[in-house]
Amino acid sequence: MSAGPREPFENPVIEWFDSRLPIFTMMQKEYGVFPTPKNFNYFWSFGGIAMTMLILMIVTGIFLAMNYTPQENMAFDSVEHIMRDVNYGWMLRYLHMNGASFFFIAVYTHIFRGMYYGSYKKPRELLWILGVIIFLLMMATAFMGYTLPWSQMGGWAATVITNLFSAIPFVGDSIVTLLLGGFAVGNPTLNRFFALHYLLPFVIVGIVFVHVWALHVTGSNNPLGIDVKGPQDTLAFSPYYTAKDMFGLAVFMLAYIAVTFFAPNMLAHPDHYIQYNALQTPAHIVPEWYFLPFYAMLRGITFGFNLYILAGIGIIGAALWPVYTKGKALKDPLLGMTIIPAVTDFGQYSKKFFTMLAIAGVVFMLGYFSQTMGLPLPFSKWVLLDSKLGGVIAMFGSIAILFVMPWLDSHPVRSARFRPQFKVAVLAMTASVAILGYIGAQTADAMLFGVIQWVYIGQILTGYYFAFFVIILPWLSVTEKASPMPNSINEAVLQENARKAGAR
Amino acid sequence: MVRHPLSLTAMAVVLLAMPVVSHAAAGKQTPNAPGEETAVAADAASGTSPATSEAADADTPAAETAQGSTEHAEAAHGEYEMDHLNWSFNGIFGAYDRASLQRGFQIYKEVCSACHSMTRLSYRNLSALGYNDGEVKAIAASVTVSDGPNDEGEMFDRPGRPSDHFKSPFPNVQAAKAGNGGAYPPDLSLIAKARHGGADYIHAILTGYSEPPAGKELMSGQYWNRAMHGNIIAMPPPLTDGRVAYSDNSPQTLEQYSRDVSQFLTWAAEPHMEERKRIGIKAFLFMLVLTGVLFGVKKKIWADQH
Repeated sequence: MSAGPREPFENPVIEWFDSRLPIFTMMQKEYGVFPTPKNFNYFWSFGGIAMTMLILMIVTGIFLAMNYTPQENMAFDSVEHIMRDVNYGWMLRYLHMNGASFFFIAVYTHIFRGMYYGSYKKPRELLWILGVIIFLLMMATAFMGYTLPWSQMGGWAATVITNLFSAIPFVGDSIVTLLLGGFAVGNPTLNRFFALHYLLPFVIVGIVFVHVWALHVTGSNNPLGIDVKGPQDTLAFSPYYTAKDMFGLAVFMLAYIAVTFFAPNMLAHPDHYIQYNALQTPAHIVPEWYFLPFYAMLRGITFGFNLYILAGIGIIGAALWPVYTKGKALKDPLLGMTIIPAVTDFGQYSKKFFTMLAIAGVVFMLGYFSQTMGLPLPFSKWVLLDSKLGGVIAMFGSIAILFVMPWLDSHPVRSARFRPQFKVAVLAMTASVAILGYIGAQTADAMLFGVIQWVYIGQILTGYYFAFFVIILPWLSVTEKASPMPNSINEAVLQENARKAGAR
Repeated sequence: MVRHPLSLTAMAVVLLAMPVVSHAAAGKQTPNAPGEETAVAADAASGTSPATSEAADADTPAAETAQGSTEHAEAAHGEYEMDHLNWSFNGIFGAYDRASLQRGFQIYKEVCSACHSMTRLSYRNLSALGYNDGEVKAIAASVTVSDGPNDEGEMFDRPGRPSDHFKSPFPNVQAAKAGNGGAYPPDLSLIAKARHGGADYIHAILTGYSEPPAGKELMSGQYWNRAMHGNIIAMPPPLTDGRVAYSDNSPQTLEQYSRDVSQFLTWAAEPHMEERKRIGIKAFLFMLVLTGVLFGVKKKIWADQH
């Protein structure tokens, strides 16, 4: 965006403008000739798709706001007024409602892409963190938007979610009152949710701008995860990636149009079409599908964290200490004593490591069974973290942990293509999240094949989710041997082209 | 480019599995929740009085009916699967059957409207059923609405106009409850979207009445209905063979009545469905062609890279 030396344009009007405000020069630099790795697959289209959905949500949202009334006795009616009487109001509303789902589909794919190909690693840590902030803001915005039609589902979801904050010790209840603008969901809640639902998308736009700015400093990662070594590895962003992204976007839009126009309520729930009634709790309150994995984690913590469970976690921490510190010893600062010795070879350490994990597992399970099935153990009633706060910590922690992902995984190789163990682990984590999404939609006592309650599967998957980040990523960082990698992007592309030509 | 079926699989998981899976899961929830008859009381609030006036709902007989019945009817619930009928409006090319809509409206007017309001609809909306302006005006004028105040500050009665909303049978929710043994007959404007199953559910309720099985005692004002959650419903069987006289030669049977009124209520909940599908088909076809063109453009631009 700086001035600097500038190539003159031939067109006199553009030249006049650009010499005064070099927007054309900037666009040419950032989106025209911008060097982009030549080996992107279609996963790399999802950033642009997410950006398109954001703009679409803002545009439809502004027109909806022109016809919407944020008042507890009128909100539901005004939404029905939009659906029935406003010209093409039904289309705006369905585009906005399903647009949220498709925005999340795009962003989840984008996040998965970043994880699978190691896009969060050096030097793109800040880029990744900005992305996680966008994700958090999106969740807040979507949650408040869910409330605005003032339906049974929206109003009660607001009640459930804001009540989570009451689990925070000492200040919890005050925070809930602040969020709701009162002691229960009511008109002040609707007013502030509407104001914030209108504000936050523009905050997201601002952070997206910084996110893209950071991207254009470090340059894009690519499916091989290896750095660009020279111009032979790259293509100009335009026309190559403008053309490719436009095609990817068009395919995505086909799915979006199909759902919006042919099955607009597929992802909704009948309780969305019943006005909120503070005295009538719906039988089954569910959040939107994109929150279900986190909702399942929240509900999965059915046990308090007693001394055994905390001891188990502590042993895991001790086993991981040399891993986190790349082999340094842990010394007690007061006694000058070495508590955990330095590790020189993680291959040798592995036996000890897994033994400690096994012990931790046993201790954890003892604590778990004493909490859930009344296993009589001394001190097992001493709960330092009750199940409600534990669930809230698990839910928010599952997203908070993404912030430190670049430091939990310090393996020098980025792409899962060359990390066989990481590949299995990250795909299993993705599958866990998907299954947790299914569990989140079930009633609390739902059974799998009538044999085992889903909630237990959910607990195992929640455990795996956190183990993936806290244990597996750091452990693989110091132990995993990467498979051989190509010397350059260009070399890999040429090889692939030759292979294809040979196959023809 | 290196092909990677594994990453494609993973992409499919993220893209498709999550919404589809959670949708499937949502679909498996209890079709109609306990306390439903009272849950719909919230609908009423949209009509004349604010939601907060529903204060005492929990101890109305309706609530007791629905909740009290839950335990002993739990066995029956779950065995019943509502039929999925082949409605004319199903599918992406589906449209409402105008003749059926008109018959359905006739049933609403002659039977349902004795207890159920439909306040979100106006008489002018009926032109979508195929009535001409004169007919709509005549239908509107057949009711008397209270208007005012006039210049003297008096409320006055006048014949209805097409711009008027459907006249409610009761002045407020409390009156509706008082007139129906404490159970509030829900507003029907959105009922097809506010229940799992939509038209299928309405049809199942209307055709689901029978004598209670041996050993089941019903209190007065309770009826046995296999489609209702808990099987006990406060609404008396509204339709019987021959109850409404059709002017066309459609069969005057419960089955036909039920289909017609279900069709009408689906239209009432989603009046723009036909326009939505028409625009959707155009938008989809346009996008399909554009996608093809963009694919060609992409191929051509990338030709020198392969």
